[in-house]
Amino acid sequence: MGRKLLLEHADVPGIETYEVYRKHGGYRSVEKALKTMSPQNVVEEVQASGLRGRGGAGFPTGMKWSFLAKPEGVPRYLLCNADESEPGTFKDRYLMEKIPHLLVEGMITSSYALGCNQSYIYIRGEYMWVLEIVEKAIAEAYANGFLGKNILGSGYDLDLAIAPGGGAYICGEETALIESLEGKRGNPRIKPPFPAVKGLWGCPTVVNNVETIAAVVPIVNEGGAEYAKIGIGKSTGTKLISACGNLVKPGVYEIDLGLSVEEFIYSDEWCGGIANGKKIKACVPGGSSVPILPANLITKNAEGTDRLMTYESLAEGGFASGSMLGSGGFIVFDEDQCIVRNTWNFARFYSHESCGQCSPCREGTGWMEKVLHRLENGKGNMRDIDLLAEINKKIEGNTICPLGDAAAWPVAAAIRHFRDEFEWHVTHPQEAQTRNFGIASHHMPLV
Amino acid sequence: MRILHLAEEEFGGWLSVPTMNYVAELLNIQPIEVYEVATFYTMFNIEKPGNVVLEVCRTGPCMLVGSDNIIEYIEKKLDIKVGGTSADGMFTLKTAECLGACGYGPMLQCGKHYHEHLTPEKVDSLLDTLRKEHSTSSN
Repeated sequence: MGRKLLLEHADVPGIETYEVYRKHGGYRSVEKALKTMSPQNVVEEVQASGLRGRGGAGFPTGMKWSFLAKPEGVPRYLLCNADESEPGTFKDRYLMEKIPHLLVEGMITSSYALGCNQSYIYIRGEYMWVLEIVEKAIAEAYANGFLGKNILGSGYDLDLAIAPGGGAYICGEETALIESLEGKRGNPRIKPPFPAVKGLWGCPTVVNNVETIAAVVPIVNEGGAEYAKIGIGKSTGTKLISACGNLVKPGVYEIDLGLSVEEFIYSDEWCGGIANGKKIKACVPGGSSVPILPANLITKNAEGTDRLMTYESLAEGGFASGSMLGSGGFIVFDEDQCIVRNTWNFARFYSHESCGQCSPCREGTGWMEKVLHRLENGKGNMRDIDLLAEINKKIEGNTICPLGDAAAWPVAAAIRHFRDEFEWHVTHPQEAQTRNFGIASHHMPLV
Repeated sequence: MRILHLAEEEFGGWLSVPTMNYVAELLNIQPIEVYEVATFYTMFNIEKPGNVVLEVCRTGPCMLVGSDNIIEYIEKKLDIKVGGTSADGMFTLKTAECLGACGYGPMLQCGKHYHEHLTPEKVDSLLDTLRKEHSTSSN
């Protein structure tokens, strides 16, 4: 059985209330940090832990914190990114729904470390009921003296507020999130200046994922060095993986980084194998924006060594034969799934969610969607496949934020690994059409 | 943004131009600043929907487990297409991009609530319940 740092008490009845959470060791990290540690000590512990951003990019959290500018007399802000909208990812929702106080506790400890007196949790608008759960937890924290003025008599003040989003994937990008929090359209900003220097309302700001902030709690409690003992190399600690698709047991799992992919998919302790006794065809290991892996590259890399659930191991082979751990949205496809159809589906998602600021992304995602729709419906030709690759190259790296890359990578990887399937759609137009049902066949008639 | 969510709740589930102008007035900003935000975020309705809005997730992970069948089933049952409202003005069917319930699909969102692991039978009973709730509350 895996060790659990974040979800240890997730199934205790009533854990969403302050009393029960406190009884199970809740808010210890706040007491420890405020009474015995300086803010700098906390930052050092997080640096020592090797914790990396859990939102997808995997940037070392301690380093991010150390970049925060600290000019005199200017407020600093900590924002929690709970805009989880990457298809395949639902770990943050699970965490906030089950054990909201863990996030609140993490926010207090982290805000103390960064010297913020006002922090925000930005929750996606669709999670309205989650917002109510977290709001209740915050009210309880205020009532028990963990938020507000002079917390635990330490002289440290902190206010914590929640802001709801409005249903825009792009607001998970940190500068778009800041724009949105300021009450504007979620258009990402050009960097630099980075948020660490100029973020919310022009002040130094740190944006962290829900899971990252929650992980600060065990790091402060047990010490960064202890946390760093879990995992392999630069992938330390535990990670929440939200597994979905054609699995026997989809759901949210907390794993030690370094678990083998094979064990994660097939062991009864985790996902329990592929549903309905089918075989695995492909896997997207880190949310829809990362490259798809074909069956032969999922559990082993191109050299034949076992793939592990770490940032490095999943990336082995680069884009040619690897992928990314990303946000931990683990999507598994069984042998009956159509890759072209799925690629089109994701392309439609990115086309819908592009904010429209940069032309390569605004136009390119739309083109890709149309070309893929054509292919999927048996109306494409061989040139379309190369056309897709070409559009891809024009988007990648040419946009302000990574949404362009996120839209381009899955398409490029799908063509790289499943070109024969794309070609089949061209050479068998009749079959390609009759295999369609639902949306593709009648909501979007081909024109 | 929070104010727009509140306004939508207060003024019949959608943001009309007068509602948005009113918000602009309250906040002492230009109406255009409200319009551009309201039209950017997909959650705000800028056209009047039915009493009950059903949003079915259509993105990859849900599609793998059969969201298309659910959408088709609702369409047939209510005799509408995605984006349309049923003749009695009760239901509006929409599709949404990933709602963060990928492990529990197929799913749909209705108001603040998620309904997961959908089957045609569950859709039937859900629609019945919603119909009852909303016809009694409007009387």
